[in-house]
Amino acid sequence: MRPAFSVIFLTTLIGAGQGLFLALYTGQLYAFFDLLPAQDSRSFYAAGSAVSLAFLGGGLIASFFHLGHPERAWRSAAQWRTSWLSREVIVLPAFMGMVLLYGGAHWFGWNTPLFELPGGRHVDPTLILGAVATLLCFMLFVCTAMIYACLRFLQEWHTPLTVINYTLLGGASGFVLASAFSAIAAPQLPGFYAGWAIILTALAFLGRTASLVRNARLRPKSSTRTAIGIKHPHIVQKSPGAMGGSFNTREFFHGKSRAFMRAIKPAFLLTVFVIPLTLLAMGMANPSMLGAALLSATFILQYLGLLAERWFFFAEAKHPQNLYYQCVS
Amino acid sequence: MTQLALIIDLNVCVGCSACVTSCKEWNTSGPAGPLSDRNPYDADPTGTFFNRVQTFEVGEFPQTETVHFPKSCLHCEDPPCVPVCPTGASYKRKEDGIVLVDYDKCIGCKYCSWACPYGAREIDEQQKVMKKCTLCVDRIYSTTLPEADRRPSCVMACPTSARLFGDIHDPDSVVSRAIRENGGYALMPEWGTQPANHYLPRRKTSITIHKDQLVRADNPLKIDGKLPKPAKQEPTLDDVTSW
Repeated sequence: MRPAFSVIFLTTLIGAGQGLFLALYTGQLYAFFDLLPAQDSRSFYAAGSAVSLAFLGGGLIASFFHLGHPERAWRSAAQWRTSWLSREVIVLPAFMGMVLLYGGAHWFGWNTPLFELPGGRHVDPTLILGAVATLLCFMLFVCTAMIYACLRFLQEWHTPLTVINYTLLGGASGFVLASAFSAIAAPQLPGFYAGWAIILTALAFLGRTASLVRNARLRPKSSTRTAIGIKHPHIVQKSPGAMGGSFNTREFFHGKSRAFMRAIKPAFLLTVFVIPLTLLAMGMANPSMLGAALLSATFILQYLGLLAERWFFFAEAKHPQNLYYQCVS
Repeated sequence: MTQLALIIDLNVCVGCSACVTSCKEWNTSGPAGPLSDRNPYDADPTGTFFNRVQTFEVGEFPQTETVHFPKSCLHCEDPPCVPVCPTGASYKRKEDGIVLVDYDKCIGCKYCSWACPYGAREIDEQQKVMKKCTLCVDRIYSTTLPEADRRPSCVMACPTSARLFGDIHDPDSVVSRAIRENGGYALMPEWGTQPANHYLPRRKTSITIHKDQLVRADNPLKIDGKLPKPAKQEPTLDDVTSW
């Protein structure tokens, strides 16, 4: 497949935004159970929600560049019964709305306790809004990944690992972002977030490696024989039915050399997993290093790596229609 | 239930591409707007087509056979491109099984083209909507065209009648009989899309003739041998007698 940059930016930006929101809410839950010091509503939760919304909004804007008719984008909410893309189109704005409400509730101090839990803890509206947003956040991960995982003949994508990896990579990216954000807004928390970022990045590394190993061992179900229905071991295409290429030759081939494909894999493995893990581990070992500079650099580096990772995710998939376009006449 | 479909006979297709040009001509001039091209008369010409004829070489020299392979939307009975469409622009008609795109609803996200294993859908670079074979829905239900012309234009154009058109759910139709009697098959059956269009395979046409069939072995009265044999100068038997 030819990777579309609009989709690469959409999936990586909303992944980081979703992860950041999850990090904020995790922090609030920890504080709720007195495991972490409580943070300022405005400068931490509301500001953090704004950063999260900026990433989500950036992703949403990027997605419009993928459309031939962006002015008709509203129609795409229609087929939510069957289409994962349609479901994503509904869940993304819903999630953004809930993050806005969550951030707004923190900003305006809507923390009048609604009811009391047995332990004497007071549940306020922000906690409820955050829980709903968390649910939507995971639904969004599933919707985004299922857009690709539901296509059964794109065998590289048709696996639960796709959903797992989208969730873990988004979470890892968001928690690294949260650690960088907290280095500015909540000086007690970078260590907490960096710890979670290490766990999520390590899990994402496992998941992504598993999918790389799986995809390297895949045997394509379709062949030229099933494509044209002639059972002969030796079939060569002589003409694809077009001289100057067509949509089919542009959309489904990434057009990069084998050397490039070989190089990008270690490149993203290093920048998404190895280097960020090393930097975060160094920071954990020596907390004085866990400053905004190191953590921001880690986030930016990992984000750039995720762009490469997502590029590779799309480029790696071999569409069966390519069997009809094996030569240029 | 009706399921209209094309049957393509690879045994007689000669790869002339008349179906391609005829399809393009009809569908670029219709009320749905043109099938846009880029650089049509220049270097790197490219454009939107519903139908293309591809060529494959089967076997190794000298035992090779050239197979011309017309490829268009197969109007699957379980089309994977339809449920993924977020707007409902892609749909399968209940009444005749044709898979169509509503160009006014399509947002050009190309997701349906990813969901089609056959590469049957092509985006129109100018109109920015997805296009595909309509089985000439504007011809076959036309009320103004002569009755004989109410067939897809590729079928009309084919000089060797390699393309048949009809309802594959009607067991007595020409297309059902062709599938049944000539080993019609579907493409990429492994994905369970149940394409409505079928292909008829290459067939070897031959009869066996034994030597004794070349002369009249059964001539029990030996009449052939007793016929008068006129001399070379004399008029032939045909000239003088009516037998």
